[in-house]
Amino acid sequence: MSLPGAGVLGKLRVAGRPGLRRIDATLPVWVGAALFLVFLMLLPLGSIFVTSLRDEHGITLRNYLDVFTEEAFFKAIWNTVVVSFWVGVIALGIGALLGWLVTRTDLPWKRAIRALVMASFVTPPFLGAFAWTLLAGPNAGLLNKLYRSLTGSEEHLLNIFTIEGLIFVMALYSFPYVFSMIANVCELISSDLEDAANILGAGKMRVALSITLPLAAPALVGGFIIAFLHSLSLFGAPAILGLPSGIHTITTQIWALFQYPPRLDLAAAFSVPLLLTTMCLIALQKKILGRRGYSTVGGKGGQRRLVQLGVLRFPVLLLVVGILSLSVFLPYWILLKAALSKAWAVPLTWDNFTLGNFGFAFFSYGDTQRAILNTFKLGILTATVGTLIAALIAYITNRQIFRGARFLNFFALAPLVVPGIVLAVGLFIAYTRPPLALYGTIWILFVAYLTKEMPIGFSQAETTFKSIHPELEEASRIVGANRLRALRDVTAPLARSGLIAAWCFIFVGVIRELSASILLFTPKSKVVSVVIFDLKEEGQIGVIAVLGILLLVVSFLVIFTVQRLVGRDVLASRE
Amino acid sequence: MRKIFVSLSVALFVPLVNLASAQDASLIEAAKREGKVAWYTSLALPSSTALAKLFQDKYKGVEVEVHRTGSQRVLQRVMQEVQAGIKNADIIHTSDAGHFVLLKDKGLLMKYVPRGTAVIPDGFKDKDGFYYGMRATLTIIPYNPKIISESEAPRSWRELVDPKWKGKLVTAHPGYSGIIMTHVAALLNQFGWDYFKELSRNRLHLVQSANDPAGVVASGERPVGVNCAEYFCYKTMKQGNPLKIVYPKEGVPLVVSPTAIAKDAPHPSAAKLFTEFIFTKEAQQMLADREGLYTGHPEVTYPKDKPRLKELKLLPVDPQELEDKNAEIKKRFVEIFGA
Repeated sequence: MSLPGAGVLGKLRVAGRPGLRRIDATLPVWVGAALFLVFLMLLPLGSIFVTSLRDEHGITLRNYLDVFTEEAFFKAIWNTVVVSFWVGVIALGIGALLGWLVTRTDLPWKRAIRALVMASFVTPPFLGAFAWTLLAGPNAGLLNKLYRSLTGSEEHLLNIFTIEGLIFVMALYSFPYVFSMIANVCELISSDLEDAANILGAGKMRVALSITLPLAAPALVGGFIIAFLHSLSLFGAPAILGLPSGIHTITTQIWALFQYPPRLDLAAAFSVPLLLTTMCLIALQKKILGRRGYSTVGGKGGQRRLVQLGVLRFPVLLLVVGILSLSVFLPYWILLKAALSKAWAVPLTWDNFTLGNFGFAFFSYGDTQRAILNTFKLGILTATVGTLIAALIAYITNRQIFRGARFLNFFALAPLVVPGIVLAVGLFIAYTRPPLALYGTIWILFVAYLTKEMPIGFSQAETTFKSIHPELEEASRIVGANRLRALRDVTAPLARSGLIAAWCFIFVGVIRELSASILLFTPKSKVVSVVIFDLKEEGQIGVIAVLGILLLVVSFLVIFTVQRLVGRDVLASRE
Repeated sequence: MRKIFVSLSVALFVPLVNLASAQDASLIEAAKREGKVAWYTSLALPSSTALAKLFQDKYKGVEVEVHRTGSQRVLQRVMQEVQAGIKNADIIHTSDAGHFVLLKDKGLLMKYVPRGTAVIPDGFKDKDGFYYGMRATLTIIPYNPKIISESEAPRSWRELVDPKWKGKLVTAHPGYSGIIMTHVAALLNQFGWDYFKELSRNRLHLVQSANDPAGVVASGERPVGVNCAEYFCYKTMKQGNPLKIVYPKEGVPLVVSPTAIAKDAPHPSAAKLFTEFIFTKEAQQMLADREGLYTGHPEVTYPKDKPRLKELKLLPVDPQELEDKNAEIKKRFVEIFGA
């Protein structure tokens, strides 16, 4: 066993004064957490560092030199920064606007809008990107055709195969993260302060600028960082939209370095800056969001009054529907059309209608059935195991069952700093060779998914346990129940809906995962997202559309079923 | 008369057939015990699944797992699995003949001589019996006749560098496709890298598979392709899509796509049976009829509306040359076209 684990255990022994019994109870948890950290994080990431510093002659910095002096690599980094920055800005704009509108104004159809935002969240970005190639390819794209036939122009309106196009699409599928953050905060800011300012004579504008904005500022910055990070880690969208016009990003470059003859050394060296950037940004975000100086944010006190939009109500609604049609309606429509046509670019007439794509995808093409099976196996397995571990850690840290329990937080949240593709590079290097030859089985994907989804599952579980006051458990213990019984009879039923939400988050996250899967699959362990990417490379548009629809339908079915079971909006937080 | 002929032929051939079918019977038996064969292939998905189905209908109980991706990805996966000690691939089929030079050098192929290969020409065979050309593909210029009239259409590879095609061209990628790798190697021998540099000024749309330009051209996204797998274009055209094929006058790259059995094939008998099947006239004829491919089999007939190979000026590339130039072509292509 490697050193950090032993170090933790050593400390534990010193700290565990209160008695042997306690140590016994907590030891397995610590050992488990340490193993978790070592195998899922330290070994893969350590492998990256080691590989990046080695060549056939020994230790060297040459890989780094190669990476940072080669113009193409440098360009990929620059593209990534530019794209992620603008994705952050645009996603922030859309997400904040929508988040504020559905929580603090009298906008109609709020539930429907929340549902549509959730649909954008559930849509895999690579699928959105694929749909947009059909909508806004400069020549055959249907929106451009429409534009040309309306205006008589020869030019195109949109070209999706550009940096701008890439930013646009990635922002469409990053804004839900900002949305959920802003919506949560907006629901917590009470109107008292705004009222006070109003009474003192401030106008609407002044109130917004001097009261609401500063209150929401940490969430805004946090939202920007989340969107930035999300876009930094995406692989599918830049591969589908960037590569056709020769635009590489860091993730596509890392993927390209895996092609034969593989340059794992360079891929590793190239992963390190991505990793460090993510670490710094997460630290920054933590710092900003951790500054909880505002007592108004953080409790459910006070009243929240809805802003009357007045005459703007319907224009604003139109704007919102417009935005959501870009991320949901238009892409879904084109997917359906492509799935049902022989030639997607031609109008869907009887001549052009076919069910052949469905038949081919489900019955003729062997990969699909295996991949569907693998995907759902992994989805259910990861979600179940992930939720259990997340719940366990969250319960322990929340109830402070033993000393130092809050350090477990770190274990559960650490994977947040590792982009999927970097994790995959590490897992690939670490687990390709015996004795730990996970590569070639679906277990390496399981490990990747579990690690990647742990922070999400954990935060969801933590929120859940925070909202259940220990008093309830204590009451049951006073009347004679032991800890386990209290957990079973009191806490578990109360936590149920929150944990099921965590399960959903993980499940949806897994079945749409591409950036790690693309490096870790083998023909035997393909998943649907990888099959879609494979088909994209071959240009099998109808079949991709079918599989994309399948992914969406299953995701929605799962969410709806769970919502029915639980009886509330899973992803729409506190309504 | 007919009866006599039948009995004559029975008398003549039965012993031979019996011998072969005794061999066959034991091979089939062994293949059925193995139950399946994993086929790592770069043949277009609809074509490879169709061929697999034909085989499965004939040999019930032997499933063909089709793992289709681009030639370069097939090699990547094979090598990654070899490195990790995973034995999964039974048959490897790509359109980059250089791969087979490499795989043979590394001792990763099994020597096996399918009976059907006795009749195919030398250009389709490895002299040591490790790999055989299963099909031949041409690369050509596809264009969309709804957008470009026949008189405007480019007739030669060189014409494509004309600035009037700026923003109108699509290319597939040698870093993905073996067909395009061979295509680039063939044109390099004719024109050198300058041709590709000039071409890149026309801001090409980059796709991966050699089949994809057909779809891009037919949809009108780019009206002309600077390359494409001819059989896939032919199929696309036959399905009623707006697409026409130009066989450029400077010559047409000829891509011979070998197939071989992996040395550590987990299902060796099924792999042999499938390889035997591939080189039967039945399978080769099906590739020609249904998929629009060319093959090395001398008795195979081709659709009337396709040119005969001997009518064309062909530009073949030697497998060894492909292996030697593989890395350079991948690297230069990315430098010139950006990704």
